[in-house]
Amino acid sequence: MSEVILEVKDLKKWFPLKRSLGQWLRGQRTWMRAVDGVSFQIKKGEIFGLIGESGCGKTTTGKLIMKLIEPTGGQIFFRGEDVTHLSPEALKAYKREVQMIFQDPYASMNPRFRLHQVLAEPLTIHRIGANEQEKRALAAEALTKVKLTPASDFLDRFSHMLSGGQRQRAATARTLILSPSFIVADEPVSMVDLSTRAELLQMMKDIQEELGLTYLYITHDLSTARYFADRIAVMYLGRIVEMGTADELIDHPLHPYTKALIAAVPEPVPGRVNLIKEIPIKGEIPSAAQIPSGCRFHPRCPFAVDDCRHLTAAKLILAGPGHAVACWRYKELD
Amino acid sequence: MEKLEVKKIKLYYFTSKGVIHALDGVSFELRAGETLGVVGESGCGKTTLGTALLNMPTPPGRIVAGEIRLDGVDILKLNENELRKQIRWEKMAMVFQGAMNCLTPVYTIRKQMMETILSHRKMAKEEAEARIIKYLNLVGLSADVLRRYPHELSGGMKQRIVIATALFLEPQIVICDEPTTALDVVVQAQIINLLKKLKQQLKLSFIFITHDLATEAEVADRILVMYAGKVAEIGTNEQIYGPRGAAHPYTQLLMAATPRLRQKVDQLAFIPGTPPDLLAPPAGCRFHLRCPQVMARCRQEEPPLIEIEPAHTVACWRWKQ
Repeated sequence: MSEVILEVKDLKKWFPLKRSLGQWLRGQRTWMRAVDGVSFQIKKGEIFGLIGESGCGKTTTGKLIMKLIEPTGGQIFFRGEDVTHLSPEALKAYKREVQMIFQDPYASMNPRFRLHQVLAEPLTIHRIGANEQEKRALAAEALTKVKLTPASDFLDRFSHMLSGGQRQRAATARTLILSPSFIVADEPVSMVDLSTRAELLQMMKDIQEELGLTYLYITHDLSTARYFADRIAVMYLGRIVEMGTADELIDHPLHPYTKALIAAVPEPVPGRVNLIKEIPIKGEIPSAAQIPSGCRFHPRCPFAVDDCRHLTAAKLILAGPGHAVACWRYKELD
Repeated sequence: MEKLEVKKIKLYYFTSKGVIHALDGVSFELRAGETLGVVGESGCGKTTLGTALLNMPTPPGRIVAGEIRLDGVDILKLNENELRKQIRWEKMAMVFQGAMNCLTPVYTIRKQMMETILSHRKMAKEEAEARIIKYLNLVGLSADVLRRYPHELSGGMKQRIVIATALFLEPQIVICDEPTTALDVVVQAQIINLLKKLKQQLKLSFIFITHDLATEAEVADRILVMYAGKVAEIGTNEQIYGPRGAAHPYTQLLMAATPRLRQKVDQLAFIPGTPPDLLAPPAGCRFHLRCPQVMARCRQEEPPLIEIEPAHTVACWRWKQ
């Protein structure tokens, strides 16, 4: 568990915004700073959860790691090699190793393809399998791995003939067919029914142990992250504000934002109906085009003092073993 | 409003493939000032139930049997005109799933809200605007949003506007279909707080439809668990979530499958299989194909709703013994 498989250093992705004529004449540029200096390491065989509200940059981070978009700055290391900028051939080899499961299993599969065609597509792209029969055999093997059995029942189905959970299994089979070592899973269960969610996560854990995979699990849902992930990083407006092991982070959160997120999560326990829940933070996440000065969280933070507004944003510092937080005041607040 | 009574309602969708038994004899009642939570997996008929209560099934759906009595009047016997003038949004309003994404992008909020109110009530524009502002304040927004377009507002603000619009005609019952599903947790908690405050201030009754048992625990006085178009269990918040736990095997499994944040669990339960095809629902108990406690009787006979303690009814043969 000690070998670092993926590391990102000060990763940035800024999207240019439309300029007004005046801004254009003055040569001004404005940016949507979706990811703005994110650093973390993921060890081999680990499930790393990346958590945040919509618009915090978690999906963009996933796309950067998948090399679907080019970073504005920073570096990505995979197995110690710098993969920030790759030649087309090297990129193809990288994508065999690093695969992605998308949120929407309805949109991520061609409705005109039978399942064996869906699964054969990555094989064709990477020139694996000599003929149709061989590809079909590989497809059947991948379906067996995700427990869509007997595979022969499923190979000739169209995606609309599958339930939501089965579709997400099929999508997982498609990522597994290239035998990757690293999987970016972007909200893999958020569109699946509650009754099958646990089953899917369990299956993902099983294949992880079986095949020695590493996951980057991107989600907005703290409850499944606690269950599924080994370590969790909380993102806010393009930065990581807190990072630690799943249990430590949720049982002893240090950042006011993490605390608020945890306080807001509903729990299936009785006697809360007439309770108006105390939510320690106000308002909603601001746009990444207008990032507040100082600590990005200060306008919503109940503990913000002058320093938080004026000092440069706090860096992630180690607060305990394996537990890092980016807050000037975490010691006084704890 | 005194009471809403729903008796053995059946709503079927008549499709080219056959008849989908989406609601198959659902009965319950809603008392004044309470929130009834409706939970179940997708496709169990939760949303269909919402539309049935307003007697506006989505085509090709039709209500084929049953009664919906609002203060004694069976609203299924009323014609379209009476429904529109007396019931829909006058007494019962619905906030549809994803309604916040259905605001017109080309109109300001003022224009959209004004249009809604003026098409129902004859009043001067100034009076209408005063009323709009009153309701905006009630849901925690300032009059400032009136001149904005939907794209300038956040998800939480749009959801608040949709709720305010549903309240315009002063209904007594509000049906909310997954009002918090697409929102972030913090905003979700804010909206739930808002609904609770409105319930107290305006003495509203709510029907709160969601797939999430954890959210339901925060809002619902009583919970109705649906499975494949039928009621599986109805109980109070304490009965369903309390230490004794739910009584129906389906509710128990759903509860075990709900991840909890504040508790470390090594293994979550799940329900094997998928809900039955409602084109041809299975004989006997509809849950028997997935039920871990299935008995011979469950495969043949449909279980009735059995009252196992006051206010707690379960449709399961296990409780007959």
